[in-house]
Amino acid sequence: MTSFRLDKGGLIDRSSELNFTFDGKAFTGHQGDTLASALIANGVHLMGRSFKYHRPRGVISAGASEPNALVELRDGGRKEANTRATMVELYDGLIANSQNRWPSLDFDLGAVNSLASSMFVAGFYYKTFMWPKSFWEKIYEPIIRKAAGLGTASKLPDPDKYEKAYAHCDMLVIGSGPTGLMAALAAARSGGRVILGDEGSALGGSLLSEREEIAGVSGYNWAQGVLAELASMPNVTLMPRTTVVGWFDGNIFGAIERVNDHVIAPSPYEPRQRYWRIIAKRAVLAAGAEERPVAFGGNDVPGVMLASAMRTYANRYAAAAGKSVVVFTGNDSGYRTARDMQAHGVHVEAIIDSRTESKADAGGVPVLRERMIANVSGGKGVAGVELTDHTKISCDAVAMSGGWSPIVNLACHRGAKPAWNEAILGFVPPETGKAFVAAGSAAGRMLLSECLADGASKGTLAGKALAVPKCRDEAFAVSPLWWVKQSTGKAFVDYQNDSTAKDLPLAAQEGYKDIELAKRYTTTGMATDQGKLGNVNAIAILAEATGKSIEQVGTTTFRPFYTPVAFGAFAGPFTGHHFQPVRKTPLHDWADELGAVFVETGLWMRSSWFPLAGEDWLASASREVLATRNGVGICDVSTLGKIDVQGRDAGAFLDRLYCNTFSTLAVGKARYGLMLREDGIVYDDGTTSRLADDHYVMTTTTANAARVMAQMEFAHQALFPELDVTYVSVTEQWAQMAVAGPKSRATLQKIVDDLVMSDETVPYMAAKEVTVLGGVPARLFRLSFSGEHAYELAVPADYGNMAARAICQAGEEFGIVPYGVEALSIMRVEKGHVAGGELNGTTTAADLGLGKMMSTKKDYIGRMMAMREGLTDTNRQCVVGIRPVEPGDRIRSGAHILKLDDKPSMANDQGYLSSVAWSPMLNMWIALALVSNGRARHGERVRVWDGLRGHETIGEICDPVHFDRENKRLHA
Amino acid sequence: MLIPCPHCGTRPVEEFTFLGDASVKRPTSNDPASMDQWFDYVYLRDNPKGRFDEYAHHAGGCRAWLVVSRNTATHEVYGCVTARDYAKAGGKS
Ligand SMILES: [Zn+2]
Repeated sequence: MTSFRLDKGGLIDRSSELNFTFDGKAFTGHQGDTLASALIANGVHLMGRSFKYHRPRGVISAGASEPNALVELRDGGRKEANTRATMVELYDGLIANSQNRWPSLDFDLGAVNSLASSMFVAGFYYKTFMWPKSFWEKIYEPIIRKAAGLGTASKLPDPDKYEKAYAHCDMLVIGSGPTGLMAALAAARSGGRVILGDEGSALGGSLLSEREEIAGVSGYNWAQGVLAELASMPNVTLMPRTTVVGWFDGNIFGAIERVNDHVIAPSPYEPRQRYWRIIAKRAVLAAGAEERPVAFGGNDVPGVMLASAMRTYANRYAAAAGKSVVVFTGNDSGYRTARDMQAHGVHVEAIIDSRTESKADAGGVPVLRERMIANVSGGKGVAGVELTDHTKISCDAVAMSGGWSPIVNLACHRGAKPAWNEAILGFVPPETGKAFVAAGSAAGRMLLSECLADGASKGTLAGKALAVPKCRDEAFAVSPLWWVKQSTGKAFVDYQNDSTAKDLPLAAQEGYKDIELAKRYTTTGMATDQGKLGNVNAIAILAEATGKSIEQVGTTTFRPFYTPVAFGAFAGPFTGHHFQPVRKTPLHDWADELGAVFVETGLWMRSSWFPLAGEDWLASASREVLATRNGVGICDVSTLGKIDVQGRDAGAFLDRLYCNTFSTLAVGKARYGLMLREDGIVYDDGTTSRLADDHYVMTTTTANAARVMAQMEFAHQALFPELDVTYVSVTEQWAQMAVAGPKSRATLQKIVDDLVMSDETVPYMAAKEVTVLGGVPARLFRLSFSGEHAYELAVPADYGNMAARAICQAGEEFGIVPYGVEALSIMRVEKGHVAGGELNGTTTAADLGLGKMMSTKKDYIGRMMAMREGLTDTNRQCVVGIRPVEPGDRIRSGAHILKLDDKPSMANDQGYLSSVAWSPMLNMWIALALVSNGRARHGERVRVWDGLRGHETIGEICDPVHFDRENKRLHA
Repeated sequence: MLIPCPHCGTRPVEEFTFLGDASVKRPTSNDPASMDQWFDYVYLRDNPKGRFDEYAHHAGGCRAWLVVSRNTATHEVYGCVTARDYAKAGGKS
């Protein structure tokens, strides 16, 4: 293979030899190469196939805007699709594969799409694949998915780490070309904290690629001097390989630092990428300008590229795009490419200039004026060009320049639209306020001297502006050059989505005249490059087709992110078990020792059942219920929210929070409380105990613990700031266990110090501070959720496991069992206690059968709204019990209730089963349900219709208390 | 967006939870005749363009309820006081 590596020059380390493969074939390159430059140096121009037509494609640009040279980089879990070869730094061992080709890049069957291209005109998705409808899923979609689309994602987990970080500065400079370097130097010398970020692997921007002089030395050497000074200053942070991708409220910028994308694998303990949030007091956008392609026939043949890209490959990477080059331009900058290529010893056939005249220096290359390239000949590489006057020129590469577009993206991320500037034929950034200003060519200043001066002035934070070094300006004159209409071949506007220039007038003709509609209809600007190269041409062509000015057509919306961002970078370290914390209760070890099966409840791991050998969950839970009701059981209830409330107004505060009253609660007693939302719907429930006049401890449901705490803080600070009360969450400070069953007292008596437990010393709903196990402070409550004679014991968290083990030992003689959430849940359904299924954000206190709790003697949250007609209607669904008429029938949660003769429909719906359990005590399935006017319907037979599972049975409405309706066991 | 918490200093918006308009005042009467005021308080909110006082809970910080005054169009933050001070000042930031 012929080498296209130039003999000298370039910023590559020729002493290094880096081995890499492309489509399995081995190549070498040098340190300092990109994948694209190394392929060009190896004579490889064919790098991919296009999206719709599978046309052979080569590199167009030398930077972030690249639409064609997209590869699958790396392999295995590190494989990354749609990676721009122009941005991939070469390293030894790099593996890349081309995309969107089948069976091979060189021979692609999908290229027949080109022959059927009339099918693929604007709106082809909408036109071609509409009918017959049944074809879409089975035929069209699979074909499109196979034929089109870009790279494929790895289905393996990403083995690398990602980080998130914050940075703060007085001045953020985005871009490190001549403008950015001057801005950073000015800000740094003013003493401010400066961050200079650039997406390139090395700082210097265009100065790395252009042959020009600043202050009497080469632009490259001048940049190295400035960078050395910046690097020596403690107030400056230089961030190469860092793309600023978004501008957000508060002058916060998002940036992706590619920490280890340039090595084969990150070293241990280092991330691949880091997502920065940079909070900048001020920022300068010095992102430069993007050269535009021209739409002419075959402007996508490998070897046709932007004029500036061709210079960059030659000047920076010492890689020649060809041996014989034609330059096609409508502005002066193309002449630089002709001169630079000639200086590198590459033959330049001619400069084709669409204009009548130009003052630019052609360096002796023939200039053919008032002509344009109509068509490029060649398939997988350029063979020659045909001009609009039918002149034919042989060549193997074409440099094109349609003009320059300031890179305005970041300045438009907060909604402002850029403005058309007729002098430079480009959109310039909108006014964005003092905190973020564009400078240099990003602001439409196209001469080097203007860039240096603008950077110096915009970067200065205080005092005198920086002296601007002298330089020589290249000519910059530009005329409109969007589309060569004489072309007979396909003239692409958006390379990545294969949209051609003809698609836009067609879209306009078919009514899609608005730029946002035309974009979606033609898919122009919708690919991963978001139209960085093609959009302005598209706007200009649409303007002409609709008889409007470019200004009137305007741009589509610029949104973050400037370039594609890896999901890994957004996720940062929060993946796998780092995604969310795991909360283990203080009794976790105790439960684990006893073989508990844990279930995730929010962040909590709760012991769900304690199976013996051979038991499933139901057998285990049923045994736990029977053992508890016949003897004694112990259950971890530590996940309940616990809030310590103290202060002179503690009682008054609780009276405002709950619909019932706590200021009247006697010291040493507990009371069940019901909390409403301000709209009158039930919010939460739990017991609150009064330990002293000014000291309460309240409990919340597990699910609402954090929300109730926040609600209390709001109520106190925003609504009732006059109340003298303090409160703190003590959920994690206390281990709490329920000890239930006829032998619960006898069991606890063995570990409680001093106190002789009886109905007199520890009556129902007592709350006592005691000590256990020889001095461990504890709180003893006589509460029952199970309906049994029962207690809850709380000890400081660190004593939890010890206390639970001691209780198990004490209860051994009574056959004590540990029981989990499943058994707890069965017992509460047996007793008709409401829980999450009923406290579901739609029920009122009355719906739950707790209407009498609502005080009429005080103000509380939710009192007034609860009086509304709709919330007091007797036809509301309220809590009832449901049992199958045939005791052997199973009923399931979520089944709907219908009148016996009604058909299933929304209009006939009477309610639904909210909680279902197998009752080992009653030997049947039982339920709690929400049923219209249910309390008046006890005894009525209903259809229990489970449409989801295709099951139906006859049930009977009954009292929600299925078991021990007289509460005899509670007081036994 | 950055919020200047009176307790914690300037902190990123991700640490805060918002609860809407802080200028509405909870009625004090439980008389059924006051029902219209309660409806307004529970359900009616303005959605102004421009300056807006909004409750924010510094849940990832000091846990204070705050009132952040910001421009809803530009997200410029004008200031931040505790909800307690805001309430005591009669609903002014
Ligand atoms: Zn705070």
